[in-house]
Amino acid sequence: MADILSVESLTMRFGGLLAVDSLSFAVRAGEITAVIGPNGAGKTTVFNCITGFYRPTSGRLALTHAGGDGFELQTIPGHNIARRARVARTFQNIRLFAGMTALENLMVAQHNRLMPNVASGLLAVFGLGGYRPIQHAAIEKAKLWLDAIGLMARADDPAGALPYGAQRRLEIARAMCIDPVLLCLDEPAAGLNPRESEELSDLLLRIRGGQVGGGCSILLIEHDMGVVMRISDHVVVLDHGEKISDGTPAEVRNDPHVIAAYLGEGDEDEGHEASAA
Amino acid sequence: MSGTALRSPAARALRDAFLSALVALGIFGVMVGLRTDPGARSLVLSWHPVPVAVAVAIVFFGRLALSGWRIARPAGTAAPRRLAEGMTHAGRYVAPVFLILALTLPLYAGRYYLDLGILVLTYVMLGWGLNIVVGLAGLLDLGYVAFYAVGAYTFAIAATTFGLGFWTCLPLAGLFAAIFGVLLGFPVLRLRGDYLAIVTLAFGEIVRVVILNWVSLTGGPNGISGIPRPTLFGLTFLADGGPGSFADYFGIEPNITQRVIFLFYVILAMALLTNWVSLRLRRLPLGRAWEALREDEVACRSLGINVTVTKLTAFSIGATFGGFAGAFFATRQAFISPESFTFIESAIVLAIVVLGGLGSQLGVALAALVMIGGSEMLRGIIILGVDLVEYRMLLFGIALVVVMVLRPRGLVSGRTPSVSLGRPREISAELVAEGRG
Amino acid sequence: MAYALQQLINGVTLGMIYGLIAVGYTMVYGIIGMINFAHGDVFMIGSFLSLIALLGLSALGITSVPLALALTLLFAAAIAALYGWTVERIAYRPLRGSFRLAPLISAIGMSIVLQNFAQVSQGARSKPMTGLIPGGFGLTIEGFTVQLSYVQISIVATTLSMLALFTWLVTRTSLGRSMRACEQDLKMAGLLGIDTDRTISLTFVIGAALAAVAGLMFLLYYGVIDFYIGFIAGVKAFTAAVLGGIGSLPGAVLGGLAIGLIETFWSAYFSTQYKDVAAFSILIIVLIFMPTGILGRADVEKV
Repeated sequence: MADILSVESLTMRFGGLLAVDSLSFAVRAGEITAVIGPNGAGKTTVFNCITGFYRPTSGRLALTHAGGDGFELQTIPGHNIARRARVARTFQNIRLFAGMTALENLMVAQHNRLMPNVASGLLAVFGLGGYRPIQHAAIEKAKLWLDAIGLMARADDPAGALPYGAQRRLEIARAMCIDPVLLCLDEPAAGLNPRESEELSDLLLRIRGGQVGGGCSILLIEHDMGVVMRISDHVVVLDHGEKISDGTPAEVRNDPHVIAAYLGEGDEDEGHEASAA
Repeated sequence: MSGTALRSPAARALRDAFLSALVALGIFGVMVGLRTDPGARSLVLSWHPVPVAVAVAIVFFGRLALSGWRIARPAGTAAPRRLAEGMTHAGRYVAPVFLILALTLPLYAGRYYLDLGILVLTYVMLGWGLNIVVGLAGLLDLGYVAFYAVGAYTFAIAATTFGLGFWTCLPLAGLFAAIFGVLLGFPVLRLRGDYLAIVTLAFGEIVRVVILNWVSLTGGPNGISGIPRPTLFGLTFLADGGPGSFADYFGIEPNITQRVIFLFYVILAMALLTNWVSLRLRRLPLGRAWEALREDEVACRSLGINVTVTKLTAFSIGATFGGFAGAFFATRQAFISPESFTFIESAIVLAIVVLGGLGSQLGVALAALVMIGGSEMLRGIIILGVDLVEYRMLLFGIALVVVMVLRPRGLVSGRTPSVSLGRPREISAELVAEGRG
Repeated sequence: MAYALQQLINGVTLGMIYGLIAVGYTMVYGIIGMINFAHGDVFMIGSFLSLIALLGLSALGITSVPLALALTLLFAAAIAALYGWTVERIAYRPLRGSFRLAPLISAIGMSIVLQNFAQVSQGARSKPMTGLIPGGFGLTIEGFTVQLSYVQISIVATTLSMLALFTWLVTRTSLGRSMRACEQDLKMAGLLGIDTDRTISLTFVIGAALAAVAGLMFLLYYGVIDFYIGFIAGVKAFTAAVLGGIGSLPGAVLGGLAIGLIETFWSAYFSTQYKDVAAFSILIIVLIFMPTGILGRADVEKV
């Protein structure tokens, strides 16, 4: 299958700290790729480079849409990574619009379709510019996702009042509402109980398969090895900013480098977390 | 601390009151008790023990009363919260009542109250305009008066130089203010919180100092006078009537009150327009993006929202209404000078927005009514031989502190969802962010 | 050349005054992360207290200028400290941990209160007070006489000794250690047994005392004060604090010097009317291009 994202020699340096060192890997279209590694391995930094929150020191991040359009993510500023290249993300510490309802969160995510430019946004004040049908479509889409994450009944509740697991799912739904080709999830299973993790895994598999939404490749950072091993098609293992292993879940699990990184070298807390999961 | 714990609440209250009185003595003793007056060669001091004694006594008994109240009602926060919930619920009925009262004001109120109404409505409009920036987009703006000034001066200069009328200049005033909004917006896009506040404050002061010193354009400290009054479809409201005047056209006796009534309706219409546009925008993608920006800028960026453009639209639309209000101020006063556009005006408008409850239209209107109307009402009230109007700003400041301490989220808190599947339910203020920008 | 030297002397003197006020802003901002809007007005109150004290002492027949100044300094600092403590206790402490805008509005409210309190209690007219320390050194270079007045010397000397005292307090005493701990992490400091309320109160007290000293210096330097001086001086001192890097004490003094020099040179070579614009423009430019100031720490947003 074709690569949707190809990371080539990605390097990120913060002052004297080399957070990511010449990292290369590929995310294949229609697959779930997991990035794992002990705390401080540079996983979130990689994510922040891909989603435009950091500008990499060097390296190339090439995204290719199914239609053949190519994007060099390292050159695209801020919001256009989501808007044009259609890369969506969630955050390690949930970043929902807490004071807005679940429905509103999903509506905000469709902002660019609802309001292609400022003029159309202002015309809508006077009921011009054909806003109504677009809004109707956006609400329908939001309902589709609320249904998919089982929050239809709580559509009008503020996001901040939802239970933790529901907030995680809502954040994923919100990211999906921008119609991404690549969804980046930063520890989506963190803090979930086993049943919720199970539901999350199912949701991600359905997103990948296109049973809900238009189908989308997924890149995720996760510590919960149960989730990683169950849903990933491909696993990349980082340690100290470098790739130490890359392959199918089964290959990675048996890689001596991975075992050493998780259990040795003083990263004991991390090892516990990983094995406990 | 164990010693105090053993004492009775009454004894503790007495001790607190005594200590407070001691602090008050230190604070008032010098500043109030020793007054500097101009003497023959240099300043001389005069001794005024009575006001000090009064102030210290007020503090002593005030502190005592506060302690007593606390002992009587340990859960002191319940009352204001219930009040707020009540007000939020009552909002649906209060707003139409206020609207009807405002629309019919000229029928039952005299000249004084009409003038007061115009003043209050000007602040309501400014409050609603600033509410877009601070309440919706969560961008702290302490220089809002700059847009008010730009609007006023745009109209005044266009009217006195090119002889343009109020209605022609109104859009122009709004446009210029909007341009200034973008001018301010661009550099401060990256700033947050208190830094944004201080830069906007500096921006407001720069505008004022430039107006003060650009004498050839603005008349400097002398200001601009002879600004024309607005007309109603070409009909003037001159005091002596004359051909082409409102009174002449309808064949009635010319009367200055007609103009006041007209001005009242003009500002009422402008304020309602501001309100309508804000409410409408809130339900549209742009307004929703502002609120999302207030909640979490980083998340907005991750969803492909152009944060720069969104912030700039908030600044410029907020500024536009400030500019409209400024043009109205100029036409109402017929004279403007830099003195009307000091920092304190920005502070008052921001205070109205925060006191009203960020983002709440009704709250802002109520706050303007209470703060502006209330402090004007002090005029003429004389207690112990002092005219309270002298203490107007002092009391205004005290009120700001007291209201903030009692109700940090303002009179009407909570927000209504902009879109809903079922019946919209109020969102508690505790969940709503106030923005870091 | 001589003219420039004169401006340098004037600028440094003015900068010292701004620096003293800026220390108060920077300390409070460092610990509780808010702009103490009323700080400029505490400075104003401090200069009124100094004026009253000087008049009172001369009425009591104390003729020795150094003694009168020393007593005034102590008196004004002590009473202003009371003001600082009260402002914090009434307007800020109840709002600690509350919504961010609430303390800002109550600070603005306090600023309005102090300004109008001074106006109502002492009158709106400006208060002249000149000629307390007359004379100075004069040096004629190229036909231009450079003046270094005794007032300027005493301002610089007093400011430097105040700052030395203050630096000792922050770096060597247990109070200073508590203050620095609160600045790092208020919550953690509280958990470790530091009385954070007391530390914050003392921060306000010290800041107010320094502002009062600045108030006395301002009175001596300009010879006239009114109830409105706090606002402009406050904004400029805050600019100084930001310029130096907010939270940094040496930065505040450095920033104060920078603002003082810029203002003086601007007035001397361009225009006096726009000197405030110069200061404000610098504030805007610094915040935009160098938000951490000269000696500040970078504040990186985590996502």
